[in-house]
Amino acid sequence: MRLELQVNAGAVVREIEPQELLLDFLRDRLGLTGAKRSCDMQACGVCTVLVDGRPVSSCCFLAADAEGREVLTVEGLAERPEFERLEDAFTRHAALQCGFCTPGMLLTVAALLETGELTSVEDVKRGLAGNLCRCTGYRGILEAVCELAGVAA
Amino acid sequence: MNRLEEVQIGAGAVGRSVPRRDADEKLRGKAQFAGDIVVPRMLHGKVLRSPHPHARITSIDTSDAEQMPGVVCVLTASDLADLDPYWGHAIRDRPVVAIDRVRFAGEPVAAVAAEAEATAAAALERIVVNYEELDVVGTIEHALAPDAPIVNEGPLRPGLFHGLGELAPAEGNVCYRYRIDRGEIEAVFAHAEFTVEGEYTFPAVYQYSMETHTVVAQVEEGEITLWASCQHPFLVRAEIAALFQVAISNVRVVVPYLGGGFGSKSYTKMEPIAVALARKAGRPVRIQNRVTESMVTTRRHGMRCRMRTALNREGRLLGREVECWFDTGAYADNGPRVTATAGDAAPGPYRWTAYRVDAACVYTNTAPAGSYRAFGATHLQWIGELQVDELARRAGLDPLEVRRMNLCTPGEELRAGGKPLDADLIGDVERVAEAVGWGTDKPAGTGRGLSVGLLAAGAHPVSSAIVRMEADGNAVVLVGTTEVGQGARTVFAQIAAEELRLPAERVTVRGTDTRFTPYDRSTGASRSTTVAGLAVKRAAEQVRQQLVEIAGSADVESDSYPELFVRHFGLAGGELIGRGEVAPEGSGSYAEGPVFWEVCVGAAEVAIDEDTGRVRVVKTATVADVGRAINPQLVERQDEGGTLQGLGNALYEEMVYEDGLLMNETLLDYRVPTFEDLPDEMHCIIVENGDGPGPYGAKGCGEGSLAAVTAAIATAVADAGVPVTELPLTPERVWRRIRDLKEEGTWPK
Repeated sequence: MRLELQVNAGAVVREIEPQELLLDFLRDRLGLTGAKRSCDMQACGVCTVLVDGRPVSSCCFLAADAEGREVLTVEGLAERPEFERLEDAFTRHAALQCGFCTPGMLLTVAALLETGELTSVEDVKRGLAGNLCRCTGYRGILEAVCELAGVAA
Repeated sequence: MNRLEEVQIGAGAVGRSVPRRDADEKLRGKAQFAGDIVVPRMLHGKVLRSPHPHARITSIDTSDAEQMPGVVCVLTASDLADLDPYWGHAIRDRPVVAIDRVRFAGEPVAAVAAEAEATAAAALERIVVNYEELDVVGTIEHALAPDAPIVNEGPLRPGLFHGLGELAPAEGNVCYRYRIDRGEIEAVFAHAEFTVEGEYTFPAVYQYSMETHTVVAQVEEGEITLWASCQHPFLVRAEIAALFQVAISNVRVVVPYLGGGFGSKSYTKMEPIAVALARKAGRPVRIQNRVTESMVTTRRHGMRCRMRTALNREGRLLGREVECWFDTGAYADNGPRVTATAGDAAPGPYRWTAYRVDAACVYTNTAPAGSYRAFGATHLQWIGELQVDELARRAGLDPLEVRRMNLCTPGEELRAGGKPLDADLIGDVERVAEAVGWGTDKPAGTGRGLSVGLLAAGAHPVSSAIVRMEADGNAVVLVGTTEVGQGARTVFAQIAAEELRLPAERVTVRGTDTRFTPYDRSTGASRSTTVAGLAVKRAAEQVRQQLVEIAGSADVESDSYPELFVRHFGLAGGELIGRGEVAPEGSGSYAEGPVFWEVCVGAAEVAIDEDTGRVRVVKTATVADVGRAINPQLVERQDEGGTLQGLGNALYEEMVYEDGLLMNETLLDYRVPTFEDLPDEMHCIIVENGDGPGPYGAKGCGEGSLAAVTAAIATAVADAGVPVTELPLTPERVWRRIRDLKEEGTWPK
């Protein structure tokens, strides 16, 4: 079947399989490997991308359901002006180690900052509870995101 | 290696929290992991795994699968008839694919290579395997029973890297035994005023590196190339060379960024089957495990333990006796080393009159168990520390005071013939106690706990490094250590920059490619900064020495490096090369080690909800007793990562097996800590006594916090009044304990 959508501010048209997952579409057809695969069941968050500005687990989201919508991956986020702040905060706080969860984490953070719903450290913890990180113990990420959201860590 | 390097700190890069060198690539999604690598003509491999924990294979029919469009080949044991198709770095007991018999549910039986992953997956369904089920050895108890079926018959064949001296013959299902016997243990217990004794259980745990085991294998013209998510590329190279009968130099292992490891990617894992499949297909093949598959590729050992400890009226610890059994699953993996390291951790770093340890590594029909961060120490520290606290309580003494009185001090012998204590444990435990408010009032339902332990760290100290300086005065470090998230590339850049008097950003550390990067034994056992870092320092020193000789001045600064090249080579070119090597001073054997003792000291405060049984960790404190922190921020981040894993090991994580079948084989059923589990306070105290054998007096960190926090949470829960004999401390387990205590009339405490 034919799929038309926006990916990182560019129009994309491709032939796809109806059962194709958005994660495989992005990684294998478009070569956007920033989104990662891990749990395959929406538990870990490493495959997170934004669809119309909202985080989705692309491992459990049909590519076909992105028809006519706007998908943002970390590669696209990195081209946006707001990325510089994120990059600076995550780097200064050493909010990453292996980096496998980092793209999904950043996209979730970007979406939460956009809605302005992070008004306390508890909001940050709750908002990011769907993004696992096995390396950092979360502390560095928490510090970075609280700083970005302007709340006390 | 064991001498303390003179600490000479300039105004350079060492000791500063310079930003991670890989931050930009990782934040922009540009960092390549093994699953992102596409090789020309690459196929996709999928593995058919046994549904039975123990069965005879009576037939395999692959003809339907082979005829599917897009399928290139199907691999079974019959394709390996030209090889000795067994591998295993400790014990060579594991077939590349099952031969006539399966010994665990999840064991590879066949593999398919196809043009697309979905095709390969569909082809697995078309392979017909008939099994005749056999009696399952599902638990340690069953494995040790006199009439138990034998999981692995035949003599134990040592692998290339077992490193533990002579392998004794198997005794039934026990494949390895580690014993220590010092002093008159029976006499000590006969005369002790206070003794405590118990039986304990530690569960099997999944490391969950978020990137699953992933390998791209290519076999061409007698050369084998692997792009692999492996922590120990040089050991993988040697095992693959031995297995497929090629020269070591004809095996090339390229390691991109690793998406976490924690021991799960140590030694060899999916590489043999990937190479076998690529060999048959005649084209490169990628195998990427799903989480469910990685869970049955390796895990932490489940353990049963019986322990008793004795104390006298004055508060002196007298003796300890430990028997423990490690469930290593169907094949040994790193079980023997885990068992030995656990044996060393079992007594705890106290001044004993006598102790006896008997640790056994046991085969069962479950998935093989190997390394996971702080193995051995995490298994036993919580038990030993619970007993120290219980004895202190009976003797009416403060647990901190009992530790002060009995802990070994620097220079004291810990193991006959081994390295003496190289850390100030009393100072360390005092620091963590203070950080959690030890001795101050606490609310009802709250407990505080301490824990102290040691982990034999550093593995075998063999590492080498090359530093190349180009005519622009910039330097490149070649070193085989893999970047698994710990920040090795950043720390090595700092070390080289320090020696070369360059800003850290003018030093580049390349990734591992065994064709170009010199030998490094492994990335694990907290060894990289200490051992490989010392090799990097020595290589950089050699380059610096050449610069000084060319300049004729010991004070030459980096801005004049380019003109030194012109002076020396007669053109704006040439290259200065330095080589650094670390080799053991003695044999490097386990008995003479360890390279250093990693400190496992922590404290915790917990709050228990008696209605739900939920344990909330309010505060934690850990000590990063690192000798010298090359990058303090990265040290803290290591401890924090270990802390959350310790919290998971203490409270949530357990692979539930029933009759050899894993019941919770997904991340929905297997719970790891999330953001919401973060303690309110998390203290990491860096201690720098310059007492490590690494560069600038450094020694490793990052594992100790896991063992320490697991144990501190257990002792804190016990302090709150809930007896602990089994981990994890799930709400159900804690709630049932409290219900029993209420019935006995001993709750609240």
